[in-house]
Amino acid sequence: MSARAEGVVLAATTEQVGEPAVNIGIFALFVLVTLVIVFRASRNNKTAADYYAAGRSFTGPQNGTAIAGDYLSAASFLGICGAIAINGYDGFLYSIGFLVAWLVALLLVAELLRNTGRFTMADVLSFRLKERPVRMAAALSTLTVVFFYLLAQMAGAGGLVALLLGISGTAAQGVVIAVVGALMILYVLVGGMKGTTWVQIIKAVLLILGAGVMTLWVLAKFGFSLSAVIQGAVDAAGEGGEALIGPGKQYGASALSQLNFLSLALALVLGTAGLPHVLMRFYTVPSAKEARRSVVWAIWLIGIFYLFTLVLGYGAGALVGPDVIKGAPGGVNSAAPLLAYELGGTILLGVISAVAFATILAVVAGLTITAATSFAHDIYANVIKKGQIRPDGEVRVARITVVAIGLLAIIGGIFANGQNVAFLVALAFAVAASANLPTILYSLFWKRFNTSGALWSMYGGLISCIVLIVFSPVVSGKVDPVTGDSLSMIRDTSIDFHLIGLENPGLISIPLAFVLGIVGTLISREKPHPEKFAEMEVRSLTGAGAEKATVH
Amino acid sequence: MSETLNEPPQTPYQVVQASPEFQALRSRFRRFVFPMTALFLVWYFVYVLLANYAHDFMSTKVWGNITVGLLFGLGQFVSTFAITMIYARWANDRQDPVADELRAKIEDGELGGGELA
Repeated sequence: MSARAEGVVLAATTEQVGEPAVNIGIFALFVLVTLVIVFRASRNNKTAADYYAAGRSFTGPQNGTAIAGDYLSAASFLGICGAIAINGYDGFLYSIGFLVAWLVALLLVAELLRNTGRFTMADVLSFRLKERPVRMAAALSTLTVVFFYLLAQMAGAGGLVALLLGISGTAAQGVVIAVVGALMILYVLVGGMKGTTWVQIIKAVLLILGAGVMTLWVLAKFGFSLSAVIQGAVDAAGEGGEALIGPGKQYGASALSQLNFLSLALALVLGTAGLPHVLMRFYTVPSAKEARRSVVWAIWLIGIFYLFTLVLGYGAGALVGPDVIKGAPGGVNSAAPLLAYELGGTILLGVISAVAFATILAVVAGLTITAATSFAHDIYANVIKKGQIRPDGEVRVARITVVAIGLLAIIGGIFANGQNVAFLVALAFAVAASANLPTILYSLFWKRFNTSGALWSMYGGLISCIVLIVFSPVVSGKVDPVTGDSLSMIRDTSIDFHLIGLENPGLISIPLAFVLGIVGTLISREKPHPEKFAEMEVRSLTGAGAEKATVH
Repeated sequence: MSETLNEPPQTPYQVVQASPEFQALRSRFRRFVFPMTALFLVWYFVYVLLANYAHDFMSTKVWGNITVGLLFGLGQFVSTFAITMIYARWANDRQDPVADELRAKIEDGELGGGELA
């Protein structure tokens, strides 16, 4: 172990790595710069298209970068690095599902959605189906996905605070969560989609550059040989370190854990193209062609970033060591920050910490504007007011919703702080893959599909996901066989109402939702609307009648 | 436009939908994206199943610490990048000109015999 690593051990035991003032300073600089940009960008926020879809004026490369900024959450940066450092190959497996999923979005969804919708996923689904029930179902599913995702992000913020700012008291962490939430409300309230997009672009550039520099640094230390980096991680792990090289260390324990992994892999690959905050980003560009360029850029940026995390994860295992990582205040999530400290000392740690905070801020902002748009545009304007509302009235409702969701996120984040809620991200992907994707695909490609099919599939997918998760070991009854501590959300080990062993509902709920869409369609007597399908199909493939960029 | 007693009049979009230009565009699109989707999903699940159930095979070292599993994993990255570029090039070269032409005709009211919404 190097002298620096020993320093980290000492630092870790006193729950203090680096200089919190530096971390806060660099983060404050990020906030200042992005706030100026958000205020400048907000000058043209006049119409609903401006507020919800940034006037459809972003270019493909800009939007692709923002998509990467939206998608590469703290879970995928800190979580995957840590998972590779501790579990080796199995952590890498996780990132592959996240990447391949983008091909579904590229080939089947992005362009057709851009051509047929205006602001939300529900615009597309209600195009040729009965508007109000379908919009309501789509909005409920959107809000559910966003809420799970948001809660996971806000709860993660607490752990980051402990690690990066040296704040360990629950009350003090609560204050920091509230500050993050308040900043996010400010960005979204003032900047709308345009401000949110710029925050995501800046964050994505910082994150990918930061990870790139660290990757080169790690590789340089090992003579630019990935094999040598892996050998370093194997050596640092000591006995049993060879397990890092192949699959199975995390998911290979039993037949059930293998089934859990299969379920997760299915939810990851089919979930992305159903995530409402991802879908909404396709409306911020002027045409389907730009939507395609967005996804191409996003795939390159996200793919390259995940390749970086492979090196960073094994690098953290080699240079910091699994014991130090597990013992640090942030646990597995601390692998990347500790590696930054090991490589570049206080300054690099400060930069990476600020980037991690910016990550939470940018992702949470994207989720909030999605939820607010869905509530204001789908539920308020179209279901409650039946479309009889002035556009500026709709945006006003959206802004109020932003504040409400922001407050909800702060309160939820404070309560979830320290709770075991990491499963919520995987659950959000499972709900997106079950409740959203089947209906999106059917309504774009299947002529016979009708309202009943959409409702069966969306509600069936949503309800089956939630029921399966409530009665799974992630909520109750999972006990660590060694320590006897609870690994479930409910920490009291005497409460155990789990009925099924599966920890991710995808394996059951996704096929179920696809089948329900077919069954619901076939048993309904609803008259088909060939003229509506013709309009949808022609518009989706040619872009005729699609909304263009607003000119200011 | 011809009307019979039994069938409601076709909307301009239905006329476009039935046109040979649009049918060709549509079937070319489907013939490309459906097999491609099947291909990458099958390749992804073959990989996932191998990683999940064939630990020994995937842990076989090819050189140094580079295993079959790592190469397969990196192969997923390569195939994703490759499909992305192939699709983007195909769509730019083959589909966009046809779609743009159809769109211009529709918006000018040439196809479908009337102004569309």
